[in-house]
Amino acid sequence: MSPAPGATAAPVRREFRFPPLGVYGYVCIAVLLFWLFAALFAPYIAPHTESAIVTGTSFAPIGDEGLLLGSDYLGRDLASRLIYGARTTLTLALVATILAFVLGVVTGFIAGIAGGWTDSVISRVVDAFISFPTIMLALLIVSIFGTSLAALVCAIGFIEATRVFRISRALAVNTMTQDFVEVARARGESLWWILWNEVFPNAFVPLSTDFGLRYTFSILLLSALSFLGLGVQPPYADWGSMVKDNMTGIFVGAAAVLLPALAIFTVTLSINFLVDWNLARAQKDISDELVK
Amino acid sequence: MIANLIVRRLVLGVITIWVMSALVFFGIEILPGDVADAILGQGATEETLHAIREELGLYRPAYVRYLDWLGGLLRGEVGEALGTGRSIAEMIGIRLPTTLTLGGLTAAIAVPLALSLGLIAAMYPGSLFDRAITFGTLIVISGPEFLIATLLVMLFAIELRWVPAVSYLSQDPTFQQIARAMLLPVMTLVFAVLAPMTRMTRSAVLNVMASPAIEMAILKGVPRMRIVLWHALPNAFAPIVNVIAINLAYLITGVVVVEVIFSFPGVAKLMVDGVQSRDIPVVQACAMLFCAIYIGFYILADVISIVSNPRLRHPK
Repeated sequence: MSPAPGATAAPVRREFRFPPLGVYGYVCIAVLLFWLFAALFAPYIAPHTESAIVTGTSFAPIGDEGLLLGSDYLGRDLASRLIYGARTTLTLALVATILAFVLGVVTGFIAGIAGGWTDSVISRVVDAFISFPTIMLALLIVSIFGTSLAALVCAIGFIEATRVFRISRALAVNTMTQDFVEVARARGESLWWILWNEVFPNAFVPLSTDFGLRYTFSILLLSALSFLGLGVQPPYADWGSMVKDNMTGIFVGAAAVLLPALAIFTVTLSINFLVDWNLARAQKDISDELVK
Repeated sequence: MIANLIVRRLVLGVITIWVMSALVFFGIEILPGDVADAILGQGATEETLHAIREELGLYRPAYVRYLDWLGGLLRGEVGEALGTGRSIAEMIGIRLPTTLTLGGLTAAIAVPLALSLGLIAAMYPGSLFDRAITFGTLIVISGPEFLIATLLVMLFAIELRWVPAVSYLSQDPTFQQIARAMLLPVMTLVFAVLAPMTRMTRSAVLNVMASPAIEMAILKGVPRMRIVLWHALPNAFAPIVNVIAINLAYLITGVVVVEVIFSFPGVAKLMVDGVQSRDIPVVQACAMLFCAIYIGFYILADVISIVSNPRLRHPK
């Protein structure tokens, strides 16, 4: 129960007690920090550049010829390419996710708060796009707009935005039916005030959890497209296209096939784990509140 | 009452597919240039462009061409591929059985397995088995499909040499050849679909287990096994059917990646090749096929949950 606005009772201070993050949790955070560091400082820590061919041997084994992780199908340094790949994959997916949230939250809140005719029109349009399987929509957009980086980011951002819209709209509609919003309206607050002071704070935690999930979906969708040869194109390299390019190395058990795929996996698993932990924490908060 | 609801759901489904077809068709119209530019490419002259536009009827207004295309879809005539000039319907027709076999086999293995795993996990929440399932499925969900495929290929085709890494079928494949070619793709898809399906089944059953009726049964002292199978499962039926439908829809993404990774001669491979060569008619036709299947699953799930809902079957 939220105290009625203007009530004189002192606000109840709850002590936050996080469930222990545990060893796995810290490992996840370390993994994410590691990739963040790699992505930020790629030119400084990578031993070679992204496209430099440093050896005549394709698929040189790990540690061979002074290359930390061996070479790829063209004889480029795999470790350096993984570091630069982190930059491409993580940045593109992040920009796409931010785009999705700006687009999805704004339209979702507008639809949820305005209601009526505006809501119906926006919701039906979004419904039409949500009816597509994600990968089909992605393939269609790519076949129309091509595979430039901007087109890819916009495609993924748009697809994820339809999902963000649904959640934001539901959250806004939920909050708008609460008593405290009615009180705020009766007080004569403007819609913007209500949006900023009531709807947004209430939607923040669920949306931030969803941001983590959307980010992993964006990474996976981008990687899938790149893997199909319809994503990031040379000279840029991302983890998905690295797997595709080195596919022939699978017959010699090359690290160049496995490691980029594993890199994607470590990032998405870490985020998923932290999101799960965050959900558990939020649920614990709610159950604590119910007990009180 | 029930018939009414079902008819309404079917009509809604048809409308959805119709709206999708409009989006698929008019999406292409956004771009400057048309099919004639795509066919001729750089070396086009005004005369040849004009001739091809005339031949393909591109001078007709967009809505006329749309209706024409839509009518073709309904009759199963979807025109010719830009590159080769072959009939698209024929190309899809040859490849569809392969894709359907792949999806069907996956569903036949994954659905019962996921339901049992999810049920057992929900029966003993917090147990070692439950935690293993929750953790294991989280791991599988996080990975991209091609990681699963790569690991399976490395293990079964390279290390153990049990199966071929690339699914190549001769003209007259024997049953054994088909089985060997199908093994890894199906295994990859089963893994990919199993994880989310198990998780959702578990939470659907747990949701029902939290209801007052189940609490009553627990207080009454009904054995756990009987509670889950007799009291919870019938109520969880509709959500579980939904879970299956959602995940069979996930299967479509998996099919696209798996067909490419194993060079599997299916419809999804055809579509990806179409996107690569910008063969718009092929892409449109394949997209509509997959979307129709996808929507079909959702309608089927809704119809089953309407029919299985006792409150709707015996209205007050």
